[in-house]
Amino acid sequence: MLELIYQALFAPFIDFGFMRRALVGCIALSISATPVGVFLMLRRMSLTGDAIAHAILPGAALGYMVAGLSLGAMTLGGLIAGWVVALLSGGLARITVLKEDANLAVFYLLSLALGVLLVSTQSRNIDLLHLLFGSVLALDNEALILLAGIATITLLLLAIFLRPLVLECLDPDFLRRHSNIGTTTHLVFLALVVLNLVAGFQALGTLMAVGIMILPATAARFWARQLDQLLFVAMGIALLGCWLGLLMSWHLDLPTGPAIILMLGSLHVFSLFAGRDGLLKRWLHPRKHLKS
Amino acid sequence: MTINQSRPLVEFNNLTLGYEMHPAVHHLQGKIVSGDLLAVVGPNGGGKSTLLKGLMGEIRPLGGGITWPQGHPKLAYLPQRARLDLDFPLRVIDFVSLGHWPRRGAFAAIKASDRQAVQQALQEVGLAGFDKRSLDSLSGGQLQRVLFARLLLEDAPLILLDEPFAAVDEATTADLLNLVQQWHQQGRTIIAVLHDLQQVRSYFPKCLLLARDALGMGATAQVLTAENLAKARKMQVLADPLAPICDFDGLEVP
Repeated sequence: MLELIYQALFAPFIDFGFMRRALVGCIALSISATPVGVFLMLRRMSLTGDAIAHAILPGAALGYMVAGLSLGAMTLGGLIAGWVVALLSGGLARITVLKEDANLAVFYLLSLALGVLLVSTQSRNIDLLHLLFGSVLALDNEALILLAGIATITLLLLAIFLRPLVLECLDPDFLRRHSNIGTTTHLVFLALVVLNLVAGFQALGTLMAVGIMILPATAARFWARQLDQLLFVAMGIALLGCWLGLLMSWHLDLPTGPAIILMLGSLHVFSLFAGRDGLLKRWLHPRKHLKS
Repeated sequence: MTINQSRPLVEFNNLTLGYEMHPAVHHLQGKIVSGDLLAVVGPNGGGKSTLLKGLMGEIRPLGGGITWPQGHPKLAYLPQRARLDLDFPLRVIDFVSLGHWPRRGAFAAIKASDRQAVQQALQEVGLAGFDKRSLDSLSGGQLQRVLFARLLLEDAPLILLDEPFAAVDEATTADLLNLVQQWHQQGRTIIAVLHDLQQVRSYFPKCLLLARDALGMGATAQVLTAENLAKARKMQVLADPLAPICDFDGLEVP
């Protein structure tokens, strides 16, 4: 029995180096992208992450066309493309009638179309699959160091900017009356979103990088009622989902990126029903109340 | 900042404030002395909130100006309807701690003495023991008390309150009025937009009756006369779209 549990849950990581690497990469992503996702959700920008993730594609594709399957070139290309779209959307929202979400929709659509066009000229579908779905089982040392570096920068910047980040969302007028750090904070936050999407894109691919950001955050919202709890519960859910996803991918011989995202999705659905603020509680005790 | 009691804190020199050339405050003349407890009353659309925005420097005068003979004091402001995202998962204690922002800013640590000050402020607004509650669990009156606690921590010499007791029950109003009285005794300058004239007569020594034009400014009993109030009621609320350019003193004509 114990042997069976060991084989099912732990053996793949102990016996195979690439599974260990995949796990380490996922841990780095879970403690980095997830807190960024919590703030995206709280700032009602959940879909912004999705849009910027799509925008990263042409940058990565250009990097690939210039330098081949080089981590550095594709990362740099992705960073620049994501950053340009985020800045254009935010900047134009301030000087024209269109709001940030409308601008984002425009630029990510153009960006995605351009990216697919660029990738298709390469006429080798295997590369497109790599860009779209990532390669968590093929993370080399270079990629792991990149993921760990991004996680370090992210946690440091989030810690430094925590107060204005919270205030800009909670009471923007108060922040504006007392300080002009609001714009800087917004820019730093957008930079972190882009950085983490590029990190996630190494492991999970463009289309699913946003999943590891948003799904743990939305699932955690059903359990936690305070910001600090929310951040830690979300990280825990992300770690659990990655671990289960890697195992599912290993045992059933499925692609890893989608397996991880589906596991995170299952945890979200579980939380939706079983969470402290979930549906089950509402259905089971609909008309109970405490003594006055 | 040392406050000189004899010199005015704020002077309005033929001040006109408004939006897109339509005046909301028209040719206001007067001064506020430090330590004043001033009520601003008048009909809706009479320019009360606009005057507060002008004092905060959020809108620029269409004519005339506001001068600060003793320099611009630190200023705390309670908006009429705070645009708060109450779904944000935060405890009362963390929210009130934001009142330390003027001294601690975005990055400095909150010290143990700061935390104690937060508890003290919560006690003063009658919310002792509410520190761990989340913001979305508060009633309207409790939320107003929380906002007052944050205001208290800001520790500003000039406090602007925009309809602080609207939609708040009697007990809460009494408690918060008491706080305002304490601030007055501490020598702070308070400017409050209010609608309850009985309240103004009982608690506010000075009053400005504003119906776009100032109908009186000074001792409350002399301002809130039947005659002045009748004039205020007659104010044309909507701006006249065909109004010609005002050349009351030639200052505003381009």
